Amino acid sequence: MIDIKTIKKQFPIFQNQPDLIYLDSTATSLKPKIVIDKLKEYYEKYPANIFRGIYPMSEKATTEFEETRRIVSEFINANKPEEIIFTRNTTESINLLAYSLGRKIIESGDEIATTIMEHHSNFVPWQVLASEVGATFKIVDINDEGYLKINWNEVITKKTKILTLTHISNVLGTINPVKKIITEAKKINPKIIVIVDAAQAVPHLKIDVKDLGADFIVFSSHKMLGPTGVGILWGKEQLLKEMYPFMYGGDMISEVYIDKTTFKDPPHKFEAGTPAIGEVIGFKEAIKFLNKIGMDKVREHEKQLTAYCFKTLKKEFGEKIRFYGPADIEDRGGVITFSFDKFHPHDIAQILADQGICVRAGHHCAMPLHTRLCVPATVRASFYIYNDKEDVEKFVEGLKKVQKILL
Amino acid sequence: MNIYQDIILDHYHHPHNQGKINKADQHIEVNNPLCGDKIEMTVNFEKNKIREIKFQGEGCVISNASASMLTDYVKGRSKQELKKLDSKFIIKMLGINLGVNRIKCALLSLEALQKLLV
Repeated sequence: MIDIKTIKKQFPIFQNQPDLIYLDSTATSLKPKIVIDKLKEYYEKYPANIFRGIYPMSEKATTEFEETRRIVSEFINANKPEEIIFTRNTTESINLLAYSLGRKIIESGDEIATTIMEHHSNFVPWQVLASEVGATFKIVDINDEGYLKINWNEVITKKTKILTLTHISNVLGTINPVKKIITEAKKINPKIIVIVDAAQAVPHLKIDVKDLGADFIVFSSHKMLGPTGVGILWGKEQLLKEMYPFMYGGDMISEVYIDKTTFKDPPHKFEAGTPAIGEVIGFKEAIKFLNKIGMDKVREHEKQLTAYCFKTLKKEFGEKIRFYGPADIEDRGGVITFSFDKFHPHDIAQILADQGICVRAGHHCAMPLHTRLCVPATVRASFYIYNDKEDVEKFVEGLKKVQKILL
Repeated sequence: MNIYQDIILDHYHHPHNQGKINKADQHIEVNNPLCGDKIEMTVNFEKNKIREIKFQGEGCVISNASASMLTDYVKGRSKQELKKLDSKFIIKMLGINLGVNRIKCALLSLEALQKLLV
């Protein structure tokens, strides 16, 4: 079991706001002191640019930066650190793929497949690409329980060049059986490239890219206790080598002549310009923190808390509360999305906010999914390693107050 | 300050001027796709002044209360006068402090009104 009290002590926000009930880790996570300290260490002790200086400060910064790449690659069991690309966020990782891979391989008449439960960042770039080149944009639907309707024989054909899907839905919480989906998809079309949006998965589950069988996965530091400004793209080395560069400029070139330029090998080919150096350096402390707890325990803790929250909400509010996504706790992450009576999600979130409880209201960057669910907006509460049963109880009390004010 | 003041909640629970004018001079529907709020507003003029105005739609407490109070205010007033109304007026009318994220809820009815006056 995780000792939440000990964990909470390591997050300075709880000293600054002792009564904070933070239930929005799906949007971004809180940061432990060791991550903040590491950022400070870079800015105070070796705030140099990387790959350029011969002087010790720059060498130290470069070593620390590259050390994060190694630790990330081990964390997801990649073949080698060179398969890890640093971007600004998951959105940029996906856009990089749409430009550097998509524009290279997708032609008129080809197909790109995705699902209705995607975050806009894994929907719009592909929708735009398909419409630009005249490809077909195919969307896998969900059933009423929030599972993908997996008729892959209808979706995947020999013309489907890319399948891109989320591992865990940021709204429904559904954990898609990605490994199985990839196996099936590659059986129908061995050449298909599969991209997994793992922004909600890597922070909460043990992810092994070799086992998963994907070609690319994307995620963000800030959702897993790390700093903002750091996204990750993992890809198979050969594919990364074949792709176009993303942005052109400093650090990504090999040689520049008047008439032509040659580019570095991955990962540097995709990392033009000065990156978020301190933030990348700080990110490894977040991974070490998670490793110390153990990803199996993280998952177990969230499962228990989610189950407890469901049970308590159902007991307290019965039919007045409508949940979205799978009922089976084994198939969902630590995300609870719901509608409550006739109350508007913004009012619910606002009244909770007035009591120091942070939840999200809106369409959570998933408008196609909300249209599919026939609701304009929902309320979402999500959990991480610093949440406990007490948070759930206060959340339920908060909802009682919503009823009291609005009924 | 809590934004769920009694007067706001009273307008939310018992909105004034709710519904639709069947034979309206002007009709408009505005929405905020971000939160799914929708307001449909219908109006009848007498010369240059608003004689009758009604609204209906889906929205949060703030957007409903704002529409209810604004439609009360505009009756009998001239187009020229109403064209000058801005966000400062709405904030003053509601009498609450709205954060950057909620102000758009309050301004939806003003957007509808302004489109009716064009």
